[in-house]
Amino acid sequence: MNLALSDEQVFLLEAARGALGRFNTIAAARDALDGGELPDLWPTAREAGWSGLLVSDEHGGAGLGPFEAMLVMVECGRRLAPVPLLGHLPATALLDRSGEHPKLLASLAEGERRAAFVPARPPDSLDDAWTVDPLRGGRRAPVPRFDAGKQEGGPHPVDGTVTGDVSWVPDLPGVDAVVIVAVGEEGPVVLLADVEGTDGLTIEAVERYDATRSLGHLKLDGAPVTRLTLDADDAAFAWYLDQALLAAEALGVVEEALRRSVEYAKERFAFGRPIGSYQSVKHDLVEILRRKENLLSLVYYAGWAGEAKPDELPMAASAARTVGDGALDFATRELISVHGGIGATWEHDAPLFFRRAQLSKRLLGGGADSAERVADQLLSAAAL
Amino acid sequence: MDLNDTPEQAEYRARVRDWLEQHADEAPKITRDDITPEVIDARRKWQGKLAEAGFVGITWPREYGGQGLGPLEQVVFTQELSRAKLPGILDVIGIGMLGPTIIAHGSEEQKQRYLGPMLHGDEVWCQLFSEPAAGSDLAGIQSRAKLQDDGTWRVSGQKVWTTNAQFASFGLMMVRTDADVPKHKGLTMFVVPMDADGVTVRPLRQISGEAHFNEVFFDDVALDEAAPVGPVGNGWGVGLTTLMYERVAIGLGGDGFGWRADRFATALAADEGASADPETRRRLGEVAADLLSLRFTGYRQLSLLQRGQVPGPEGALGKITTIRAAIEAADLLVDALGPDALADHEWGGMVSELPGLKSAGGTEEILRNMVGERVLGLPPEPRLDKGIPFSELRAKEKEVAAG
Repeated sequence: MNLALSDEQVFLLEAARGALGRFNTIAAARDALDGGELPDLWPTAREAGWSGLLVSDEHGGAGLGPFEAMLVMVECGRRLAPVPLLGHLPATALLDRSGEHPKLLASLAEGERRAAFVPARPPDSLDDAWTVDPLRGGRRAPVPRFDAGKQEGGPHPVDGTVTGDVSWVPDLPGVDAVVIVAVGEEGPVVLLADVEGTDGLTIEAVERYDATRSLGHLKLDGAPVTRLTLDADDAAFAWYLDQALLAAEALGVVEEALRRSVEYAKERFAFGRPIGSYQSVKHDLVEILRRKENLLSLVYYAGWAGEAKPDELPMAASAARTVGDGALDFATRELISVHGGIGATWEHDAPLFFRRAQLSKRLLGGGADSAERVADQLLSAAAL
Repeated sequence: MDLNDTPEQAEYRARVRDWLEQHADEAPKITRDDITPEVIDARRKWQGKLAEAGFVGITWPREYGGQGLGPLEQVVFTQELSRAKLPGILDVIGIGMLGPTIIAHGSEEQKQRYLGPMLHGDEVWCQLFSEPAAGSDLAGIQSRAKLQDDGTWRVSGQKVWTTNAQFASFGLMMVRTDADVPKHKGLTMFVVPMDADGVTVRPLRQISGEAHFNEVFFDDVALDEAAPVGPVGNGWGVGLTTLMYERVAIGLGGDGFGWRADRFATALAADEGASADPETRRRLGEVAADLLSLRFTGYRQLSLLQRGQVPGPEGALGKITTIRAAIEAADLLVDALGPDALADHEWGGMVSELPGLKSAGGTEEILRNMVGERVLGLPPEPRLDKGIPFSELRAKEKEVAAG
């Protein structure tokens, strides 16, 4: 029994903190909302080896696991740092599993090129289809359709075409390659496509509410694609990996919101006392801590499951995301409240964390969907 | 990070599993709520068998009948017990909290006299701390002990929320021995024989109509000179040890109440309407995620204990999450199953017991104060009782109340 970070993991965490600490990402987040440029953190990610974090040694990566990826995400969350790992890491993990395109994979691991995973929600007992987040509204959208059919002559072997729209894909703008989950005649397939020069593949960059979160809509209209020799379990793994990464990122945001809230509650006085001495304020701050502790435990669980118990990753990641979204919402609202009116002004940092929370909890199925996944697994097991 | 057993732990687990399989039919068939004398007797005997086999006081030192093993072996044993669906020991409070307190602060004579029979369930113990006017503010204890000329003591007062008092042989009692010093300083811990003249135990019925706790009255009870545990006047320090063990027990005890997500899911899965309702499913998922987090919070604390560190006060947050999740779960089950479920022993009983349990082991409010001050470093509220002799406190309170 050892549910604690190893020396190497502590080192990775501290290195990430140090690397991101060289940028004023918080001020940049505000400027970007007014049309300013965000710092390009990809060179930092490359230098730190994050681009190849989930790529095995033999394919030119660091050969680390989901837990290390999550630790980096914690630090990115803490500083609202726009590092496009939510898209890149699952895409490279899937390519690494397939092992089919070593050249591309090596350049992705090195960071020379960048990829995005186009996620799809695996079926459960309430919805037996693979689906993607809808452009708007409450009804989930169908995954893109794959039509098999070999074509010769291009730079890559083409196994067929893919058609369909996927909205709100993390880190999609600016990528060189996409890894797409689609459904063909025999069921789910995992596909690879270059972005440049691929007919029928267009990316629309979108910015909503949180300028530090890069998003894109993907339109596929008979785009030629290469099929990877991966199955439904691999596609599901990448979905849950993203859930775990989002939960880890939430942990970083919550920790920072708590730190800032507590610091202010100690130095702001009202009626001759620091406001943190009042029970009403104190209890709310402890509530952030309570949710953070629960989230931390589940982030550890998901990290451990990711490296040692893959069959538990769906439960662990879904539970972490569920608690993570709740904690994110509570902590970022409390960060504003404890600061009073000033916390709700443009000049203050609190709204930037709030914006992150409000967008995050609506991505990749949303926190309500992850709770559904937890229940689905329990109810399915109970019905046996 | 590794949650798998080491070879030694796997060997220990196999030994426990093997023993439990061989002796499963000797265990009493009971539910947690069953407290008839016959059941108590059967559970006492079961504890004796477990003790003979070396499965009680696993973390206690060997010289006092324990096994001298670590918290992890204790957890392995608890896991195997739960896996085999067998009842645990009767005297959880004695073995988990009061015994360790005596080991830490008691005299050698006390250790030799009390620990053995406690371990085997021959003498069950109860914890006599809370009083009607001393709960969150525990140091406000009014029970008093007077030193007699011959060195013996006379104790009077009232305790409340006392689990197991109706069949306990001894109680560990926090009593005021000096009212002329500030309240934390004038307390002493005593061992009290529950069959002594002047001790009256009265069951306390709760919302469910059942009585799981007692109130205990002490009317001029005579105690001998060897009754204090630790120095006279250091009862608060001794009590903190007990509360530290309570915190560890709560942190590691997760499934102890049977509030497990799989159990809730099984009840819901049996009802087609409930198990297909998206809102019911979402609520179940949220409760289950919280309960699951507690298990891994427990593992994090275990990792600390294994490295010789004591988990911090944030462990108390686990109790808040446990109670909240249980309240949500009971509410969900009754929503899904309808009014009949309120009359059901299982779910109705859970609905009834939780409002009281919310205050057990410290109210949510006092735990939040403690964690806010000790973990987050937030300043305490101003208080009026600092540095004031206990005997003058009442007058001061009256003054404040009068405005």
